[in-house]
Amino acid sequence: MKYLYYPGCSLKGTSRGYEESILAIFEKLQLPLQELEGWNCCGATAYMAVDEIKALALAARNLALAEQVAGNEPVSLVAPCNSCYLVLSKAQRHMEEFEDIGDVIVKAMREAGLRYEGHVHVRHPLDVLVNDVGLDALRRAASQPLNGLKVACYYGCQVVRPYATFDDQHNPQTMHELLKAVGAEPVDWSLGTRCCGGSLTGTIEKAGLRLCYILLREAKVRGADAVATCCPLCQFNLECYQGQIASMFGDEVDIPVTYFSQLLGKAMGIDERTLGLKRLFVPLTTAAV
Amino acid sequence: MIMEKKSPQEELRIGVYVCHCGANIASKVDVESTRDFAAKLPHVTVARDYKFACSDPGQELIQKDIKELGLNRVVVASCSPQLHEKTFRNACADVGLSPFYVQMANIREHVSWVTEDPELATRKAKSLVAAAVRRLAFAAPLETKRVPVHPDVLIVGGGIAGIHASLILANAGRKVFLVEREPTIGGHMAQFDKTFPTMDCAACILTPKMSDVKNHPNIMMWTYSEVEEVAGFTGNFKVTVRRKARYIKEELCVGCNDCVEACVLKKDRVQVPDEFNVGLSRRKAVYMPFPQSTPACVVIDPEQCLQLMKGKCAQTCVEACERAAIDFDQSDEIVEIDVGAIIIATGYKPFEARRIAEYGYGKFANVYTTLEIERLVNASGPTGGELRLRDGTTPKVAGVIHCVGSRDRRYNPYCSNVCCMGALKMAHLIKERTGAEVFNFYVDMRTAFKGYEEFYDQILSEGVQFVRGRVAEVTDWAMTDEEKGKLVIRVEDTLVGVARRIPVDMVVLAIGLEPQADAGEIQRKFNISCSNEGFFLERHPKLGPVSTFTDGIFLAGACQGPKDIPETVAQAGAAAAEALCLVDKGFVEIEPNTAWIDEEVCSGCKTCIPLCPFKAISRDEEKRIAVINEALCKGCGTCVAACPSGAAQQNLFTDEQIYEEIEGVLSYA
Repeated sequence: MKYLYYPGCSLKGTSRGYEESILAIFEKLQLPLQELEGWNCCGATAYMAVDEIKALALAARNLALAEQVAGNEPVSLVAPCNSCYLVLSKAQRHMEEFEDIGDVIVKAMREAGLRYEGHVHVRHPLDVLVNDVGLDALRRAASQPLNGLKVACYYGCQVVRPYATFDDQHNPQTMHELLKAVGAEPVDWSLGTRCCGGSLTGTIEKAGLRLCYILLREAKVRGADAVATCCPLCQFNLECYQGQIASMFGDEVDIPVTYFSQLLGKAMGIDERTLGLKRLFVPLTTAAV
Repeated sequence: MIMEKKSPQEELRIGVYVCHCGANIASKVDVESTRDFAAKLPHVTVARDYKFACSDPGQELIQKDIKELGLNRVVVASCSPQLHEKTFRNACADVGLSPFYVQMANIREHVSWVTEDPELATRKAKSLVAAAVRRLAFAAPLETKRVPVHPDVLIVGGGIAGIHASLILANAGRKVFLVEREPTIGGHMAQFDKTFPTMDCAACILTPKMSDVKNHPNIMMWTYSEVEEVAGFTGNFKVTVRRKARYIKEELCVGCNDCVEACVLKKDRVQVPDEFNVGLSRRKAVYMPFPQSTPACVVIDPEQCLQLMKGKCAQTCVEACERAAIDFDQSDEIVEIDVGAIIIATGYKPFEARRIAEYGYGKFANVYTTLEIERLVNASGPTGGELRLRDGTTPKVAGVIHCVGSRDRRYNPYCSNVCCMGALKMAHLIKERTGAEVFNFYVDMRTAFKGYEEFYDQILSEGVQFVRGRVAEVTDWAMTDEEKGKLVIRVEDTLVGVARRIPVDMVVLAIGLEPQADAGEIQRKFNISCSNEGFFLERHPKLGPVSTFTDGIFLAGACQGPKDIPETVAQAGAAAAEALCLVDKGFVEIEPNTAWIDEEVCSGCKTCIPLCPFKAISRDEEKRIAVINEALCKGCGTCVAACPSGAAQQNLFTDEQIYEEIEGVLSYA
């Protein structure tokens, strides 16, 4: 099985730490990710709302490129960003399920000299780590276990909705299992798939920030030392607005918001700079670690 | 394989009758053209179409043709033979034609109901008619056999369905074996406190029937027993029952519970969750499920009893028992019985609430199932009928969630029928016992039977608040001070169009009904069918609701689908009547579809012998050929297909008949 890496825009921009930590841990697990050459925008958010078919065609180009690289080998296209993961999966499924959409996309790709047979498996790193690498391998790789670091595992909406391919749609557990395997202690909260506000923080700010506030406050109430995320937008919303939230709701909500991969990397003994942990606004207090 | 065709002995005069079935067939199949097509087929003397062939005039038409035109074979192209084969066979037999000279061509279920295009439908109908005509040439005037029926009846499951059916049959003078796997009869109904809509006390109406069963001279009540194996066929089943060791001499025990008092297992520490109280209390190794257990006899759990597990115990129970009823040397007993009919009444399994993680059952102490509340409000329950939260306080606000595990594609797509009424009953009981404010969260309110809507009205007038919407989650994260320390029910109130958060002290999950965990095993044992969701399948949803596809085996109660008590009892009565009808008739007619061996052809290779699932084939060592015991043969056709020399043949399905049928279909493609 070949693993190709699809970064998407966020991992090259606001969520550099996600990319750095994902590449580092996969390297450490001897499953190096090869970045898909010539990748383009996945077609998420605004694109999808303006013109769905064009957005899907955009996504499909990435799938076609991945297939080309892999030749006849089965290939996983690993997309760490939840939005990318969802849109690439959606393009894949829509082409299979809806003939009219499939036809338009095939035609568009033919114009660009591309074709797609449907052999690419779009994967989220949570899925690859739990199901391909395995919890035992992670346990073995954790040279510096997290010693009961209390983590609020936060999945966001897109990784299990609408397609719950590798985890439970209402009560996802893969991140819990991964972090438990490396010695962290997920706190008991049921807000794992509750909305982070998405783009609302940029449009109807008050509504968006209220949603972030609920998540952050609850993580603190449950005694979490950090929030672990698996989506650039979630991480951004939860981390960057903490000051505004504090003044809007009169409640301190300072808590480090990390990527789950950064915590895994930490447990594997990779240094903080390599993992992008130095980029955090609220530093991860290592007292517990 | 090239078959040498035997030609029919007499001149064939075939009548073909194409039925319109009102518009059921005629709206898709061109019946006139099918009739004209049939008329031109070889050996067809007459072909007619008729609006309702099954009607009296329709049958008379066929009979008249047989008499006047000298027909000696009849093809009826109409519905499934399941429905009317018997009708037409009887009509022909009445005027002296062998019923096995009647052939049905199913152009309704197989054609008009499942084909969109009328032209294709007509073509298929013609093919099937041609096949039936050609097949008939090789029909033989077989004889149906009459086999005497054993008059006794087996009832599997001692819940209210099995109890009711047993009493009806026993009162009609039949001997009944009632086999129940738990140590007592009573089933789920015994666990209930009140029954909707009249709120009669469940025990008050059930326990008299339980003791009637116990005392009835015609009922052999075998509790703590399970059916191991079923052999035979309608009217003549041979059933093996395992009577599990109770380690108590049932005839000596009077249920005084002295041994239970004496059992050395210390309270709470080594005791196990009490099944009858759904784990809300604990029991010892020797126990009586509940005060009115029937038989009033204790049972020893071999997985808890120190004596049975380790062979080391002070045996204080033996000392305490004045009647010397305890017997550690007992072992399971295997009993074989003969019965003519079987009623399956194995009930249901409550939905496992833990499966819906977002409702917090098993995680939050104050989330309960409806079954738990039944036990909590019951005077013989673990709290003596006091409805208290696990910390001993009385709930001030309670929320009852409907449709838990039902009407939900993630779990069960079907409606469990009983939970709306059960949830209304819960609301009433909680209000009555605690004075709490109660919210019911429903998706659609289904209160369709006699007195049910009135019950709903009554609950409304009692001030229960109804919120329409499927609850998203039960959570403990608080938004306001008022919510702190409470369980918050998050729901979209679809009548108001807002998302609501309702803080409560107690959540009650109205769990749905599922097939028993081992329904698949029961299905295989009794050779019956299951529908998609795993409930046992009735022969016909409207006209055969208690029969199965296996003759002589009937269904009663929730094993066939979710049902409340009134419906269960009605169905149990129906099943008893059907069983009675079978055993009282005294004989069954067996379709002569058995296999036979052509002695001239059989080489005695023994291929067929190990393949027969009914052990019906043996070898005649003298003649060095295979012999089929017709009484055991079920006509499955395995030996026929396997026989390398074509010596094994099957009545109604001879090679000639099948090849002719195939050629008939292909001749009109």
